[in-house]
Amino acid sequence: MVSRLAGGRNPLGRRSFLGLGAALTGSLALGAKPGNTEPAPASPPADAPWSQSIGPGVVDRPYGRPADPEASVIRRNVPWLSAGTESSISFSPLQSLHGIITPNGLFFERYHAGRPDVDPDRHRLMIHGLVDRPLVFAMKDIVRFPSVSHIHFIECPANGGMEWRAAQINSLQFNHGMISCAEWTGVRLSTLLDEVGLKKEAKWAMVEGADGAHMNRSLPLNKCLDDCLVVYAQNGEALRPEQGYPLRLLVPGWEGNVSIKWLRRIKLGDRPWYSREETSKYTDLMPDGTSRGFTWLIEAKSVITFPCPEKPLAGPGLYEIRGLAWTGNGKIRRVDVSTDGGVNWQSARLHEPVLSKALTKFTLPWRWDGQPALLESRVIDETGYVQPTIAQLRKQRGLNSVYHNNSIQTWQVKPDGSVFDVQLA
Amino acid sequence: MFNSLKRALPICMSLIVAAGTFARAAEPGHFGYGDKATPEQIAGWDIDARGDDGAGLPPGKGTVQRGSEVYAEQCAACHGTFGEGEGRFPKLVGGAGTLRDDRPELTVGSYWPFAPTLWDYINRAMPMPAPHTLSADDVYALTAYILNLNDVVPNEFVADRDSLPKVKMPNRDSFIWTDPRPDTMARPCMSACANPADLQIVSTAEGRNLTPRTTGPLDTMQPK
Repeated sequence: MVSRLAGGRNPLGRRSFLGLGAALTGSLALGAKPGNTEPAPASPPADAPWSQSIGPGVVDRPYGRPADPEASVIRRNVPWLSAGTESSISFSPLQSLHGIITPNGLFFERYHAGRPDVDPDRHRLMIHGLVDRPLVFAMKDIVRFPSVSHIHFIECPANGGMEWRAAQINSLQFNHGMISCAEWTGVRLSTLLDEVGLKKEAKWAMVEGADGAHMNRSLPLNKCLDDCLVVYAQNGEALRPEQGYPLRLLVPGWEGNVSIKWLRRIKLGDRPWYSREETSKYTDLMPDGTSRGFTWLIEAKSVITFPCPEKPLAGPGLYEIRGLAWTGNGKIRRVDVSTDGGVNWQSARLHEPVLSKALTKFTLPWRWDGQPALLESRVIDETGYVQPTIAQLRKQRGLNSVYHNNSIQTWQVKPDGSVFDVQLA
Repeated sequence: MFNSLKRALPICMSLIVAAGTFARAAEPGHFGYGDKATPEQIAGWDIDARGDDGAGLPPGKGTVQRGSEVYAEQCAACHGTFGEGEGRFPKLVGGAGTLRDDRPELTVGSYWPFAPTLWDYINRAMPMPAPHTLSADDVYALTAYILNLNDVVPNEFVADRDSLPKVKMPNRDSFIWTDPRPDTMARPCMSACANPADLQIVSTAEGRNLTPRTTGPLDTMQPK
């Protein structure tokens, strides 16, 4: 190793080279194996190179970005899943995230006609139909209304959709990454609807985006008045273009596609619209040939995020099993964890804050003995609803319903610590 | 006097409401933000046509024949000459009677419940590279053509605001529009919930080669 460094090309400056040399000496003194090609650890007693230099100053990165070694922590797509990337989805890297908030640059994406670049000065929200006075709002109007900030998840109902027939994707990111959670700031939709004044015949709202798909869905008025938000900020900054800049709808606890991005129009009516996105898509085909429509609710779901296929175990010993749970019904009441494929369960610790229609973090200490294990988590929400197994879901819905697979995930741990996505009988 | 009363009344109302438990304002225009939407503004954006009764469909009409011409120019590259779909772009035709099959084919003909929805979707979202650029007549013509490809309407069918809502789509009555969930009733058993000897892994993602990489650059994998 020393000879490779000494004899090879040395791209480092003298100062750095000296630092590295000191680190090398240190590691050799600690008994590093000869022939080890790993870079020398910047470990004690040596000083690391970055401890013997001065770094870039403030505003070197006026916005900021993740550390370079984190370059693999990105949204990713499944290229074979869709015809192109414009009507497609990307997945959040849950295996590398911590806590309940998804960083804005890693929030999963779903587009129906690509990501539009909307000029906020020219963007408008029109509310009309069965209202007393139809209004057009500019962004400057929207931000004047009383504001609220709420933490909520958004999940695409197709999350886990590739696993209805069998385990086939060996990844936390690709099996569960169509969910993200953020703090959203905006105005209550009920405030805006009060401002236009609802006619008494108004029972439904059609919400529509300014993207090329003019993406639209119907929502029952009681949900609009209950907890829907019209938001312009996400985790403290303006919405990202990927998330609907400058304005989106946020429908807490319901399937993500109803949270219309680039929101430009809300029309009040007496009946639903039966748009393409709520008839030919986002409906659930049952084995008897019937289909369920308007299945908006995200039922309770949980998943172990460590260990997982992307983050295997390094050998026997004490670990913290970590995971996330969520429900469109409100709050998480309990999460149970099994290490033996669902034979025995222990309740995990829920971490505050436990918020309504938000991700909730859970953990459970686990001493792994190096034997094969089958890890599962099972959530129970505040309504008493219990997360089902895939077998229970299939019994009700067959194999072709595509959406709303909220089943228990089983991770198979092998003696070498590797982790695989499996399904049990 | 009259004017000031008019102004004072909504303010009093809103104060009463604000003092109560409701956060909602009482009167339209409580804040006074935003501008009145003019009829011209509304007309420009009011593009929706309702699926089940066609409310909102505009004047205009289109024939199957005209639709075949527009389709060849605007749609065939992705959806195939006869709606069979190119690559992974959606099939528009076929699949009749397959909804109970192991591998059902969901198309306009086999799955869509309402014909006006087809007009609405083509109008708002197609063609994909230039959405909402076709005339109402051409959208009617495309709707007629795609319905005809699916044997839902005859060759001489003319699509317009009166005829489309009357088209009975084959799958119209197979939708249940109220959510029957929860449809699973799991009980949270805590110990000895199953016989360990019965545990069986019935499928595994190991070795299936369908998973894109999750480190390094984005994957471009395609199925074998």
